[in-house]
Amino acid sequence: MNLAYRDVRHNLFRFVLTCLGLSLLMAVVLAMIGIYNGLVADALNIVKAPKVDLWVVESGTQGPFAEASQIPADTRDAVARLHGVTAAGSITYQTIEAPFRGETLRLYVIGYQPGYPGGPETIAEGRGLERSHFEIIADRKTGLVVGDRLRLGRDRFTVVGLVEDTMNSGGDPAVFITLRDAQQLQTQLAPPAQRVLMARGDGNGPSAQSTVAAVIARLDPGANPDSVAQTVRRWKHLGALTQADQEAILLQSVVDRAKRQIGLFLGILLSVSAVVIALIIYTMTMEKLKQIATLKLIGAPDRTIVGLIVQQSVALGVVGWAFGLILILLIKDGFPRRVVLEPVNAAALGAIVLGVCILASGLGVRAALKVDPATAIGG
Amino acid sequence: MSDQPGRAIVEIENISKHFGTGAARVDALRDVDLTVRAGEVVALLGPSGSGKTTLLNIIGCIIDPSAGRLTLDQERVFDDGWLRRDLRRLRLDKIGFIFQFHNLLPFLDAKDNVALVLKMAGKSPAQARQRAIELLDYLEVGHRRDAMPALLSGGEAQRVAIARALANTPRIILADEPTAALDSKRAGIVMDLLRKLAEEQDACIIAVTHDEKIYDRFDTLFHLRDGRLER
Repeated sequence: MNLAYRDVRHNLFRFVLTCLGLSLLMAVVLAMIGIYNGLVADALNIVKAPKVDLWVVESGTQGPFAEASQIPADTRDAVARLHGVTAAGSITYQTIEAPFRGETLRLYVIGYQPGYPGGPETIAEGRGLERSHFEIIADRKTGLVVGDRLRLGRDRFTVVGLVEDTMNSGGDPAVFITLRDAQQLQTQLAPPAQRVLMARGDGNGPSAQSTVAAVIARLDPGANPDSVAQTVRRWKHLGALTQADQEAILLQSVVDRAKRQIGLFLGILLSVSAVVIALIIYTMTMEKLKQIATLKLIGAPDRTIVGLIVQQSVALGVVGWAFGLILILLIKDGFPRRVVLEPVNAAALGAIVLGVCILASGLGVRAALKVDPATAIGG
Repeated sequence: MSDQPGRAIVEIENISKHFGTGAARVDALRDVDLTVRAGEVVALLGPSGSGKTTLLNIIGCIIDPSAGRLTLDQERVFDDGWLRRDLRRLRLDKIGFIFQFHNLLPFLDAKDNVALVLKMAGKSPAQARQRAIELLDYLEVGHRRDAMPALLSGGEAQRVAIARALANTPRIILADEPTAALDSKRAGIVMDLLRKLAEEQDACIIAVTHDEKIYDRFDTLFHLRDGRLER
C-alpha cells in the first residue's frame, strides 16, 4: 500500500486546492516563457518572412529594424544585376495608428513590390495584392476581415487578404500594402502642412518615391552571401547584411533587453515557486508529525517515511505543473501578445519543478527524521 | 491472574535515567529493577512526573537509559549502551504499542492500519490483509474493517489499535493509558481482552494508567515515586 497516495486520497480536496494554487503559479511561469518565445518568434518572423539571403541597407546603419535606413529606390535595379542574385525587391517598414470603427489600430505597415521578394509567403484567407493602389493584406490579429475598409493616411484601403502570425517585435500586427502606397503614406503631409510647405516655395514636398528602407535579395544556392554583401559594400552609400547578420542584430539589439527582463522575472518566479513548494511540503509534513512519530514507534523504516514525504512532494509538483500546462494551453490565445510554447519548454520546466520538489521535500524529510517516536506516546 | 508465571519477557536491572546535567539534572529513574513474565499483566502507577512514561519509553527502546541493563524476550538489548543498532526492527518484531488516543493513521482504513505493520515486517499484501481481517474479527471489530478511523467509535478505534499492536504477535505489549478514552464498560472489555491476549500469545502487558477502576484487572501494580519503583 502506498502511504503517500492514501494520504492524498484522504485529503483529496485540500490536495487538489493546493495543486490548483501551484498550477496558477506554473501557468504564470509558462506564460512568461511563452511570451518570451513569442517575442523572439515575432521579431524573427518579420525578418524571416521574405525568405531572402541579403539585406541591402543605408551605409553605416544596421537597418531597417534596429536602426532607420533610407536608400535610393532604384537600388533594387543595381542589386538585381549583381552576380549570384536571383531576385531583389524594395521594401519599407513603418508603424502607424489607424482609426477603425471607433478604435485605433496600431499597425506595422510593410510596403513591397508585388511580384518581387518582400510580400507575405502564404495568404490564409482572400487573395494577394493585385491592384497598384489601396489594397491591403492584414494579419488576423488586427481584427480586420476581408472586405473591411480603413483609412491609412489620407486614403481608404480595402482588405483583400489575411495572413497569420506576422507581427513586429513590439507585437504590432503587420499589414502589407504596395511599395508606392507605403512611400506615399510615409511622406504624405496633412493638408495644412502641405499648404505651409507650398507657401514656402517647396510645393512638391519630399519626394514620395525616392527612397526605400532596404532592398532584399534572394541568391543563387551556390552564391556566397558574404561575398555578395562585400560586393554591395563597394558602393560607399550602401551597407549589406546577410540573413544571419540581420537575425543576430534583431535578437541582440531589439529583443535583448526584453529577453533579459523576462529572464530575470522568470528567475524570480521560479524562486518564488521553489519557496512556495518548500513551504507547502514543510507544512504538510509538520501536520503529520504525530503520525510520523507513530510510524517510527511501530517500526516503520526511514525509507517509508521519506517515501511518504518525497512522493507527495513530487505528486504535488507534477500535478501542479500538468494543471498549469493545461491552463496556459487553454488561455494562451487570449493574451494580447503571442504566447509560443514549445514541448521542450514545458519539459524543461517539468524537470526544474521535479528538482525543486525533491529539494523542497528535504526540509520536510529533515523535520520528519528528527521526530522523536516518544511524541506518539502520551496523547 | 496466571497461576504459573512463564519465563521472563522483560528484565530491567538497575536502570537509571537522568535528564540535564549539573544543577539542572533531573533523575527520572533511579536504579529500577523490574521483571515481567509471559502471561503477566502489570500496571505502572504514579503521579505525573514520577517516571512512568520514561520507563515505558525505555522498555519500548525509544529513549536511552543512562545506565543499567535491559533484556527483552531473553535478548540483552542494553548494557550501559544499546547492543542492537536496529531498534526500530526490534520494536517491529517484539513490541506492540497501545496508545491513549489509539493513534491510528487517519488516511488508512481499519484493516490497512493493521496490515501496514505486517507489511513492514515482510508479509505479502495478501497475507497481511488476511491476518489483519482475522485479528479484527478476533477483536470483534471485523465488521468495521473498511471504516476510516474518524468513523469508528472510541471503543472500536481502541480495538483496532490493539489489533495493530498484536499484528506481529509481539512478546511485549506496552500500553499508555489504554482505557483513558473509554467508559467503564468498554474499559473492562479492553482489559479482559488484553489479559486474554497475554495468556493466549504468551506475551506480557505493561500498562501505564491512572484509571483506578481497572486496578483490580492487573496481576501486579508497580508504583513509581521520585523515580524509584515500589511494588
